[in-house]
Amino acid sequence: MEIIRFLDDNGKPLKDPPFEAEELIEGYKALRRARFFDEKALILQRQGKLGVFPPIRGQEAAQVGATLALRPTDWAVPSYRESGVALTHGLPLTHLILYWRAHPAGWRFPDEVRLLPFYIPIATQIPQAVGLAHAAQYHGEDWVVAVFIGDGGTSEGDFHEGLNFASVFNAPVLFVVQNNGWAISVPTSRQMKVPHVALRAQGYGIPGVVVDGNDLIAVWHTAREAAHRARNGEGPTLIEAMTYRIAPHTTSDDPKRYRDEKEAEAWLRKEPVKRMQNALKHLGLWDEERERALLEELEAEFQAALEEADRTPEPEPWEIVEHVYAERTPDLDRAWKALGGPA
Amino acid sequence: MSTKTQPATRTLNLVQAVNEALDLALEQDPRVLVFGEDVGRMGGVFRATDNLQAKHGEHRVFDTPLAESGIVGFGIGLALAGLRPVAEIQFAGFLYPALDQILSHLGRMRHRTRGRYSIPMVIRAPYGGGVHTPEQHADSPEAILAHVPGVKVVIPSSPERAKGLLLAAIEDPDPVFFLEAIKLYRSVKAEVPQGYYTLPLGKARVVREGQDASLFCYGGMVEVCLKAAEVAAREGVALEVVDLETLVPLDTQTIVESVAKTGRAVVVYEAMRTQGFGAEVAARLAEEAVDYLEAPVVRVAGWDAPYPPFSAVEHHYRPDARRVLEAVRHVLTY
Repeated sequence: MEIIRFLDDNGKPLKDPPFEAEELIEGYKALRRARFFDEKALILQRQGKLGVFPPIRGQEAAQVGATLALRPTDWAVPSYRESGVALTHGLPLTHLILYWRAHPAGWRFPDEVRLLPFYIPIATQIPQAVGLAHAAQYHGEDWVVAVFIGDGGTSEGDFHEGLNFASVFNAPVLFVVQNNGWAISVPTSRQMKVPHVALRAQGYGIPGVVVDGNDLIAVWHTAREAAHRARNGEGPTLIEAMTYRIAPHTTSDDPKRYRDEKEAEAWLRKEPVKRMQNALKHLGLWDEERERALLEELEAEFQAALEEADRTPEPEPWEIVEHVYAERTPDLDRAWKALGGPA
Repeated sequence: MSTKTQPATRTLNLVQAVNEALDLALEQDPRVLVFGEDVGRMGGVFRATDNLQAKHGEHRVFDTPLAESGIVGFGIGLALAGLRPVAEIQFAGFLYPALDQILSHLGRMRHRTRGRYSIPMVIRAPYGGGVHTPEQHADSPEAILAHVPGVKVVIPSSPERAKGLLLAAIEDPDPVFFLEAIKLYRSVKAEVPQGYYTLPLGKARVVREGQDASLFCYGGMVEVCLKAAEVAAREGVALEVVDLETLVPLDTQTIVESVAKTGRAVVVYEAMRTQGFGAEVAARLAEEAVDYLEAPVVRVAGWDAPYPPFSAVEHHYRPDARRVLEAVRHVLTY
């Protein structure tokens, strides 16, 4: 299958980007912000100030590019690795830090952010995203749903059930598969015999496209086209973003046990942040000074968010039994009292 | 219901009562959607959704692809967007492919979003044996469902209860499993009030009063227990029959009050005995009613085996009045 690209491996534009200069700069900032969070989160995790965390290094363009194509009224339905999606779709940094600290305050996303919580079980969010998208059709509204998954997740039954439902209901969904080469220690070749996940789309009668997942412009453009089609009632699209998980699966995993790190080094040479930065430089839109200023801004933002997260009081024991049902049942009322909950 | 203004009633069987409740819910609330396998034109394998598509349109009542996990997940998505999905699973024994959706999300979404999202979804499924269905069609998975945090489990035992409880389940802000005993679908007819009414979830009810022993049951077993009580009455033994009706949240108070009166308890359910829902009732009696008990709590249940697909012997699996009465004799003579 043809792989959609706008940039070469070093970021040199292969053709005119279909975005305005200002858009391209904003897109790069969102991309750099996702990388910045990832770098900081890793340090916090190593310091014991963040829980186990799935790094996104290498996958920023696939996540940020697809999310940039969304409007605030569109929904993003992430898998667990989608910190870049969450940040780009408006989740405050403080929430993201608290989420990975497993603090309840971080688990309630702000009402205006149309982002579902990170999904830990694999592919279970796929049929849900389709239901959400069908609701747009029912309401006669034009929002679309972008649902994110890795190549490993496409082996799950829910992926196939979800694609089939979306196809049958013509639901406005973007299935964004980040083909990052590995499902923890198992390579894509042990997930499927076909060369591309996008080929699966044929079996469901929907368009499937393959895009260079480390090329921000290519992912963004492809997702924008798919969102446009979905909004116009033309149904779902399966987008396969070819990328690579340079970092481990999570901070508790050691990829040296299962893969040749030379492979990661090769992918590092076409990693998405440097590549987009080079693209902007080629287009005369970026320089080192702007980069320095951006990093200062991101540092200030991160420090403020971290301080706010640090100030958040520890959860109370009775929060364990809060929000199980709309009202506490007699059994939960007893648990509430046992945990010292206020009358 | 008010006792002064008796509402008009009609004789309906349980499946007709369910159909009427769905019809009223669709009429009353534009957020309600009914979907599943064969629920549209066909009107459901048991005709519970008969005529609803013709009346309310294909956008309100529709067939889905044959995929239980997809159906439940799809419904969760609809609920996330503010709709009130009512999904039908053709048989409760077919819920198993959807258990990941049920456990990971249906029951947990409110908790894992700290109250931002609830899933006000109803999943209806026929359950239980007694009508010679093929293999895997007679399972009673209520204990599996009752073990899922965040969901409710409701099992009506009569047409009048089914209608009011289903409307309450659809109104409920949390996910509700609504299990309908296949055996009762057409065998029980009763006067059902016209119009829209709801019955409270989370309440057990005493369907027959008695002083000598309490029978705790639900769904298809209520009929069996009432029959046993009838026979016992002829021998001068007064059995109290308590229909649990809502398994989650369970009305422990009514259960304990009944045993405080009778001192003896038999729990009757048609799922396999070990870890069945009756074990929970027995455990609660051990915790909260031991001072009242004159005899051990006895369970009458299915055997610890898959429900037999051999119709000639299925009545040996499913508890009947004879086995209930044996258990009653045991607790009375202990």
